[in-house]
Parts: sequence; C-alpha cells; structure tokens
Amino acid sequence: MMTPTSEQELSECVSQAKGPIAIKGGGTRGVGVDGDVLNTGDLTGIDLYEPGALTVVVKAGTALSEIETTLAGERQRLAFEPMDYRVLLGLSGEPTIGGIVAGNISGPRRIQVGAARDFTLGVRFVDGQGTIVQNGGRVMKNVTGYDLVKLMSGSWGTLGVLSEVSLKVLPMPEAEATLCVYGLEMNDAVGAMAAALGSPFDVSGAAHLPNDDTGVTMIRVEGFTDSVSYRTAQLREALAKFGGEISVIENSNDAWAAVRDVENFHGKDGDIWRISVKPSDGPAVVAAIDLLEAQFDWAGGLVWVRTEEGTDVRAKLSGISGHATLVRGKGQPRFQPETSGVAALSAGMRQRFDPRGILNAGLMTA
Amino acid sequence: MEMPVPSQSVLARKSRVVERLQGVLPMDAVIHDEMETRAYECDALTAYRCPPMAAVLPTTTKEVSDVLRICFEEGVPVVPRGSGTSLAGGALPTADCVILGVARMSDVIETNYPDRYIRVQTGRTNLSVTGAVEEDGFFYAPDPSSQLACAIAGNIAMNSGGAHCLKYGVTTNNLMGVTMVLMTGEIVKIGGAHLDAGNLDLLGLICGSEGQLGVVTEATLRILHKPEGARPVLVGFDDNEIAGACVSDIIKAGVLPVAIEFMDALCIKTCEEFAQAGYPDCQALLIIEVEGSEVEIDDQLARIVKIANRHNPVEVRESKSAEESAAIWLGRKSAFGAMGQISDYMCLDGTIPVSELPMVLRRIGELSDQFGLPVGNVFHAGDGNMHPLILFDANKPGDLELCEKMGAEILKLCVDAGGCLTGEHGVGIEKRDLMTYQYAPADLEAQLAVKDVFDPHWLLNAAKVFPLAVSNDRRAEQIAAE
Repeated sequence: MMTPTSEQELSECVSQAKGPIAIKGGGTRGVGVDGDVLNTGDLTGIDLYEPGALTVVVKAGTALSEIETTLAGERQRLAFEPMDYRVLLGLSGEPTIGGIVAGNISGPRRIQVGAARDFTLGVRFVDGQGTIVQNGGRVMKNVTGYDLVKLMSGSWGTLGVLSEVSLKVLPMPEAEATLCVYGLEMNDAVGAMAAALGSPFDVSGAAHLPNDDTGVTMIRVEGFTDSVSYRTAQLREALAKFGGEISVIENSNDAWAAVRDVENFHGKDGDIWRISVKPSDGPAVVAAIDLLEAQFDWAGGLVWVRTEEGTDVRAKLSGISGHATLVRGKGQPRFQPETSGVAALSAGMRQRFDPRGILNAGLMTA
Repeated sequence: MEMPVPSQSVLARKSRVVERLQGVLPMDAVIHDEMETRAYECDALTAYRCPPMAAVLPTTTKEVSDVLRICFEEGVPVVPRGSGTSLAGGALPTADCVILGVARMSDVIETNYPDRYIRVQTGRTNLSVTGAVEEDGFFYAPDPSSQLACAIAGNIAMNSGGAHCLKYGVTTNNLMGVTMVLMTGEIVKIGGAHLDAGNLDLLGLICGSEGQLGVVTEATLRILHKPEGARPVLVGFDDNEIAGACVSDIIKAGVLPVAIEFMDALCIKTCEEFAQAGYPDCQALLIIEVEGSEVEIDDQLARIVKIANRHNPVEVRESKSAEESAAIWLGRKSAFGAMGQISDYMCLDGTIPVSELPMVLRRIGELSDQFGLPVGNVFHAGDGNMHPLILFDANKPGDLELCEKMGAEILKLCVDAGGCLTGEHGVGIEKRDLMTYQYAPADLEAQLAVKDVFDPHWLLNAAKVFPLAVSNDRRAEQIAAE
C-alpha cells in the first residue's frame, strides 16, 4: 500500500506505478477495483477556512467529520448533505472529502441547493502520468478557462487522484421543520412533492417512503424560526388537497439522515440500485422494475430500489431517460453505459488524463 | 489584440464554401457579401473588429450539423455567436471564419412545471426564457445584466452569472442538459431533465467552454417558482473597508441575501448625477436585497440593519414599497450607462475572496493614481466578483493601450489576492494572454487536452481563451500531421 504524505509524494506514487492503482480515501463507498492500494489518508488538514467568505480549502484525505465539526463551530455546513454509505454497504472507516467530491456524493438537499459538484470551487489533482494539475480556485464565481472541477467531481478517481479541494459552505439554518403527509399512494405523493417544490416556499427536501400501507411523504423547510413556521403553515394548506393526515415535526435531522442513507434498506438482502430520472417518472421506474422495495428522494427523481440479487434494472429503463447505478451487488459499483457519441468523448478524456489506464481501472467503463 | 493570420487557402475557397453552405441552408441564411458580413465584425468588445468570411443563421440542430460538417471537411474555422453581447470578445471573428449565429433558433421546445424545467433552442434570449414561464409564476434564475439581449447559447458558453447568483448560482448550476453539435457535425445529447451525470460530468465541462468544444443548440434549464416578494436596503458608509467588513458580517450571521451590490464614491456620484436616485454622498454604498413573504422580508432586513448599524453607516434606507425598491435600484441599474455618459470605459471582471476586498480596492486606487486613469467600482460584493470600470479616452492615441495595461495589472492583483481573472464574462480574447499568470503550464495543458478531444483540428473558436502562441502551435501541429 502506498500512503503519500504530500502532493509531491502522491505524484511520485502515480508516475512510478508499474500497474493499476486502487485509490482509497476512507474506503466507505464500496469501490472494489484491483490494483496497488493508494491511500490518501495521510493527505489531511484544513488549509484555510474563511467563514465570512463561505469557503474552506482542505486536503483530500481529510475526514468529513473533522470538516463538519470545524464548520459547525461557525454555525456553517456542507449544504449538499453528503450521503453516508457505510451501513448500507456494511463497511466501516471514515468518509473523506476527496471521496465525496470524486463520487459527487450528495443527499436530499441536492434538490434545492445542488450537488457536491455545485459546491466544489477548485481542485488540485494528480493525473494518470503523475502530473500535478490545479483548476478552479477558492472564489464563488470563476469562469477562467475550462471547468475541470466539474469533470473531476463524479469521475471517481478515474481521471486523477484529488489532493486538495476548495468548497463553498453555507450557514446552518436557525430552524428546520418537516411536514409529514401520511397514506398517500405513489402518484399522489409525487404530485404533492411537485406542488411543494413548485411553490415559493423554498423546500429543501422532498422524499416519499412507501412503508407498507402507511407511506409517509416528507417535505422540509429550513431558515429563520418565524419564516419556517410561516412556510410550514402555507405548505400545509397547499398540500391539503392531496388528502392524507399531515403532521409537522420540528427536529427532523435524524429523519432526513435516514432518508439520505436509505435506512429502510439497512440489514436487508438483495441488490441496491440508485436511479436518477425526472421526478414525474419516478412511479414509472417502480412500475417497470421487478423489485422488493423502493424509496423516493428528490421529489421522485431519485429512486432507490432493492431487487433480488443479479437483477440488471438498466434494460428495463430503456424508455425512461436518466441513469441507474448499481450501488450494492455483484460487480458494484456499476455505472450507466453512455451513448456512443458521448462514450467516445469520455474515452478521449480518459486517454488524455490517464493514458496508461491505471487509475481505478475499469471502474466506470465495465 | 493580435489575431491569427487568416488562412489564404481558406479565403481562396470562399465561393466554394459559400456554395456548399447554400446547399444546406435557405438562401437568406448564408451571408457572404462583404458589406453584410460587417454586421458580425464584433461583439460588445467593440474595440476589436474583423468581418468574417461568411455568416450563417441556421434554424435547426440538423442545419447546424450540416454547416459544421461542411466547415470541418473544408478546414474552415468556425466562430459560434449567440446575441453578440460578449464583453470579452468571445464572438470576435477571424477573417477566414464562418460565423455560426444561433439567433434564429429561439423556440421553446417544452415547458414542464411539475418537474420544473424548460427546454429551449439556445438562440432564445435569457429574459425571454423567464418570459415564457412567468405568467405561471416561474422564472429562470441566472440574470446577467445583458439579459434583455443575451442568448442562452452565450450564457452557456461563458457560464454567465448575474446579480442574484449568491442565492441561485450561475448558469452551470441551472443547466440540466444540452444538445450539442461537434465540429464534425456529430450531434450528441448530454444530461436531460434528470439530475447529475450517470458517468463523467461532461455537461459541467461544456458549460463555460466559450464555444470551443461544440455548438449547443438546445438546452434544458431549471426553472423555479418566483419568491413571494423582494425588497432591498441601501446602506452608505464613509469608508470602503468598513463596507467590506459589513458584507462579511452579514454573510457570517447566516443571512443569505439574494444580492449584495457595492458601489464606490466615483460610481455613486456619477450615477446620482445621471439618474437622480437620491443616493447619499458617501464613500461606499451597499444595496442588499432579500426575498420572501412581507413578514420574512421585514425580519431579514431587520437583521441586516442591525449588523449594518454596528459599522457606523452614514445612511440606512430600508425599502418599504415597490416604489422605494425601484428608487434604490435605479442608480445601480443605470451604473454602466451613467459611466458611459461621462467617458469611454473598460469593464473588468476579476473575482477575489470577499475578505480581500479592502486590500484590493486600496491597490486599485493606487494603480489608478499610477496610470493616471480614474476607476469606478461597482460589483457583486457577496461573491467577490469585482467590476472595476477604468475610464479612458478612445480618441486619445495610446489611451486604450494604457487602459489595457492597467486592466492587466488589476487582474493580476485579483489572482495574487487568491482570486481569478474572470468571474462571469469569460476569457475570450480579452484575457487570453493573462491565462499563463493564473495557470501553470501543466494546468493549461490539461485544459488544452480537453479541446484536443472535442475539436482535434482546433477549428472551433480557436483563437480564444488560450494564449495565441499555444493555439497556433496546436493548429500548426494538426496541419503538419495531415
């Protein structure tokens, strides 16, 4: 195992590699690739934190928990609410910020504020030849040259090994509350979530958990205390037409962590797929797949599906535009194949950034 | 500004190229007369002009594909053009190029409220995207100052921002999918009405690539429901530094206004004379706008005023009505026009960390004295996107060059302060030669590699973004290889 302690050492590890490299941050995302393990665990530390500028610059191997604790000290947070895969995948370890950016890992608030890729302002990385590259910076508006930050976010280490990231942070809200609507069937639930997000009331989460026959549809608002109670009341009125009993919970952080981490699937067998479609297609996804269980986030646009082992759901979704990723199951993670024109461009990127094809080889193309 | 030497062999084939283009487009969509091509000789960076060899105005993705395929086969450079409002020379032609204008592609293809998106042809103007959905209570958030005229195509090319991006983000945060035509004529679809990429995030790479990777013909854009209301507060200070500290404190306090605009003494005075907005006579002025219901607005403004009062403001004027809001915005919105009345100016676009605001403003003042050219500052303070306006006299020999030299010094200052050359206008030709100041050779090489993949022959808008020597070398290598 290689454990570089500096960006320079990281560069040497990659340039001198004789074969495939398996990049490991916290090891909490279930990336199972062959190769010499390159552990970023010693590339740690918060280099810069400016609460008044809403920015933090950190080494890629820094634990998420350390960053969150530091931000909380100034009542700020990573607003994209990165999901924790550990229990779902039966893994231990400390999630790192590099893994989160590399996987573009977000959570329920993605529907309102954006994904990890939207909050990543700059990156430093080492490409497949060992070259150190910097792109973006630490300011919120930056259109200087191409945006390789977005390219790196969600490339799962296949184009380069992140050594440092700059992130935009946001204030923690003074208050939050969640409306729970009980007993809606799937289509009504998606309709209710669309109505909530199509309102002026700044909804920051919209999920539907079809638990047996008492499904719950959750709508979250956050902000200053008076504003939260005002918007909760307005939404309650707006959602009354969908029927179903409505209650409001005021400390809903745990409930949303459960949505984020797909707690309903914890401790259960089978394969797990994560499917992104337009929200109104959510019910069609569920109808198309022979599944054991499903959960909707992002107003219906993020469908979590548990199936019998060995089910490839991608073939069933051919008429629905979007993408599916196998998160747990044989050969995980398995990504959505690209159309031929796009695949050629992606192959070109891989050829240029990692010509030897050694970084997390085959992870996104298998 | 140096531009590549036009290819004589391309110019010699003009009639043949025009004939082939006429074969795939209606007659009135191919402009090749030397008088008529003048209409395309520049964009909003009017100091530089060069009529193109020809211009085409397709109406469909298929026509764009045919045009690009022909140009690819003929080895003709192509410069894509939205509405031609680029302040960075993004649509400046070369003499041997074909301008591909998307102005006739302005249809709304699909509107979907339950899923909150609109799909448009990219020649549609920014404001008319909102226009298509606002009766139903929705809007498209990115709002560049040129939004009445600028096209979505150009917004995507430059990853345009606007005054309200502190809350809503810039184009890349609101762009969900594109149909794009590559230089070969191949049509690719990336993204769509769903969120995030299933594989590499090429959409994020395309946005902000200044028309160098492909021509985006259709875009899926996120739309949002309009807030119930919005109102600003105006706060005047005796000192730039204190105004900067106030911005930082507001952000730290957890209030997230939709806009925080900053004007310095020269801008305040000029705008006041031009628009009579009733601004106080002071050194620095902030306009801070918040959104929500009446009660929510009152609450947020009260929090902001409380913070502002800790900084000894010379004036705090909280808007209580639509009329008062309009009065507060009047001066700011006429700032560029007002400055244009008193002088020619060059508008810069560097971004800095908000914490460096006082230092950067002080240094800009020193540079102004050193070069002998006045500078007004009006900008989006919440996100550190500065817009220093350097005043000069275009009729005075040497003044433009002096102004450009001073502009370069200010942009270097932004980079030194931990920021960047351009926050929302793009590099174009204007900041091309400063790229090596912000990026090391390896950083630039990684970006060039992307262009190599999308447009291996370097035919698409090639004289922009990167220093000319670099793009010329790249093109020469290609020609040698053939």
